[in-house]
Amino acid sequence: MAVDADGAVTAPGPGSLDGQPDPRAELIQLLTPEGERADHPDYPLELTTDEVKALYRDLVIVRRIDTEAIALQRQGELGIWASLLGQEAAQVGSGRALTERDMAFPTYREHGVAWCRGVDPTKLLELYRGVSHGGWDPADHNFHLYTIVIGAQTLHATGYAMGIQRDGLVGENGEAAIVYFGDGATSQGDVNEAFIWASVFNAPVVFFCQNNQWAISEPLERQSRIPLYQRASGFGFPGLRVDGNDVFACLAVTRKAMQAARDGQGPTLIEAYTYRMGAHTTTDDPTRYRLATELEAWKLKDPVQRVKAYLVRTGSADAAFFEGIDEEAAQVGKRVRRACLEMPDPAPLAMFENVYGEPTALLREEREQYAAYLDSFVDEEAVR
Amino acid sequence: MTTLTLSKALNAGLRKALEDDPKVLVMGEDVGKLGGVFRVTDGLQKDFGESRVVDTPLAESGIVGTAIGLALRGYRPVCEIQFDGFVFPAFDQIVNQLAKMRLRSQGRVAVPVVVRIPFGGGIGAVEHHSESPEALFAHIAGLRVVACSGPADAYTMIQQSIRCDDPVIFFEPKRRYWDKAEVDTAGALAGALPLEAASTVAEGADVTVLTYGPLVRTCVEAAVAARDDGRALEVIDLRSLSPLDLPTIVASVRRTGRCVVVHEAPVTGGLGAEIAARITEACFYQLEAPVLRVGGFSVPYPPSRLEEHYLPDLDRVLDAVDRTFAY
Repeated sequence: MAVDADGAVTAPGPGSLDGQPDPRAELIQLLTPEGERADHPDYPLELTTDEVKALYRDLVIVRRIDTEAIALQRQGELGIWASLLGQEAAQVGSGRALTERDMAFPTYREHGVAWCRGVDPTKLLELYRGVSHGGWDPADHNFHLYTIVIGAQTLHATGYAMGIQRDGLVGENGEAAIVYFGDGATSQGDVNEAFIWASVFNAPVVFFCQNNQWAISEPLERQSRIPLYQRASGFGFPGLRVDGNDVFACLAVTRKAMQAARDGQGPTLIEAYTYRMGAHTTTDDPTRYRLATELEAWKLKDPVQRVKAYLVRTGSADAAFFEGIDEEAAQVGKRVRRACLEMPDPAPLAMFENVYGEPTALLREEREQYAAYLDSFVDEEAVR
Repeated sequence: MTTLTLSKALNAGLRKALEDDPKVLVMGEDVGKLGGVFRVTDGLQKDFGESRVVDTPLAESGIVGTAIGLALRGYRPVCEIQFDGFVFPAFDQIVNQLAKMRLRSQGRVAVPVVVRIPFGGGIGAVEHHSESPEALFAHIAGLRVVACSGPADAYTMIQQSIRCDDPVIFFEPKRRYWDKAEVDTAGALAGALPLEAASTVAEGADVTVLTYGPLVRTCVEAAVAARDDGRALEVIDLRSLSPLDLPTIVASVRRTGRCVVVHEAPVTGGLGAEIAARITEACFYQLEAPVLRVGGFSVPYPPSRLEEHYLPDLDRVLDAVDRTFAY
């Protein structure tokens, strides 16, 4: 990579956008895009056929939820939607590596992780439909609320992990936290501060960066001149790059990193090398800033298709299995659609709730005044 | 005269500033190739190059902090913060660094940085995308805080802000980006209303309505509706939130004897409180009623399905007008 006198990057940098990872970076892969198993000495992974099928089911269903949500947004039922298309393996692989007691901190795109944590997909829609800022109880799923301001949740996860240390739950029978963020977030001060905190306190937290190559319109080169996983070494903990479209590899590396964290070996940075196949959100238009050929190159690495290819190749699943999964996904899609359409708007006075543990006198007064104001329209209607 | 949307008028103003002064830079997230999420900077990078229209890394503190450094080196950076709620990572740079540099250097160092912030609600967005944090900045000495309300002002005010040697926090009413109006792009900036001046957008003798940004249009509509009830509202677009154009405000309220301040931001600790106090001090003997405020409730900005209840609308403005006459 070269930088000209104006500071503009003139050559593709490491982790370039043609779908080919930087040759200097070792990409951990256990399942090739063609659906062939690969081995890695540090990440042995034994999966039964049923386990592979379960992962495939997750991948297909979370993609179906995503497709349904995009359609609902197009039809005006959601204000906006942040699609996970292309990132299913990174999310399902890492999500399925967690134990029930581990805690996950998502961005606003982790619908696949939410699925793995047992969050009802219709709850995700509440935020995007504009009926609530967060529809689930984090404690029910050990899955925190979505965070929209980029990177802020990395510090929360680190602090949570420091709490795990104080609770004496590192080591035998340990717990850990995992935090999701994107390539763009690595430029934020909060993320770098989280790296420092986690490092110096040896906190049981795994930093799971889905490098989907784009921060809205800004390519990875605008965030980093080195592969992102290499950042970790400067902070003093291990970093690695995994094929983010390989659900097996994402599962294996996350399992190992989480176990290391639980055991007291501190943080790991996982860079899941993937691609945002859709727009940043439904309001974005990626044709303004990236080439269609790039998407075509990544389609060949599709995270769902390669598992299907593996199941077919190994003779582990027949047509009836795939039809059954498609049918189940269609049912989930239908259920999500129906739940969205039936979702009531919150009552106007609900906005005065939960600002404090107990409403202040001022809040009570404002609430009463606004209720009276609303009633005045009802009276007018009645008079007519 | 040419008809432009507010977004296009800002674009034209930025373009003019980039043409007029080679030291002017535009920087922010997605401002280059994409042209900004609201297309305010559309086409500028293509015409002025990556060195002057800079797609930055994703870090608001970095955007404002490096803009300060560029200003120290003689440049005039115009920063874009993508949405109101995203300005807070840059708060230290704005409050502790940008606002105070002139004073700390005993007047030797000016930092002519403009921070553009799309603000306000009404677009059905998710959280942190609809807020009105202007009072937090108006509270900080050393910052000029302005808000445009329509295309014509947007065109001149952005240029005036860039030419200003003080740091300017420039609020843009995001739900009005697509409003269209005539803009005089051929007129000289010297003939334009000064940046710190308020503008009387509807004249009336009965009650003064003070507002800015997205609610100027709402209040003008309220003035039209009030005419049917035989009430003449004088609507003043404040434009400058810090400093306030007190002579214009005070002259109007002394004539009308009644005043309503309208903003989207929460009333508690908001600009309306400061304005009400100033008016009370200056117009105590002319006031027929207390200064009333219409604004957001003392709650975080609600989910978008409730925003029509949170945001002041024509009815809530007229309700407050009615109440000032009830005293």
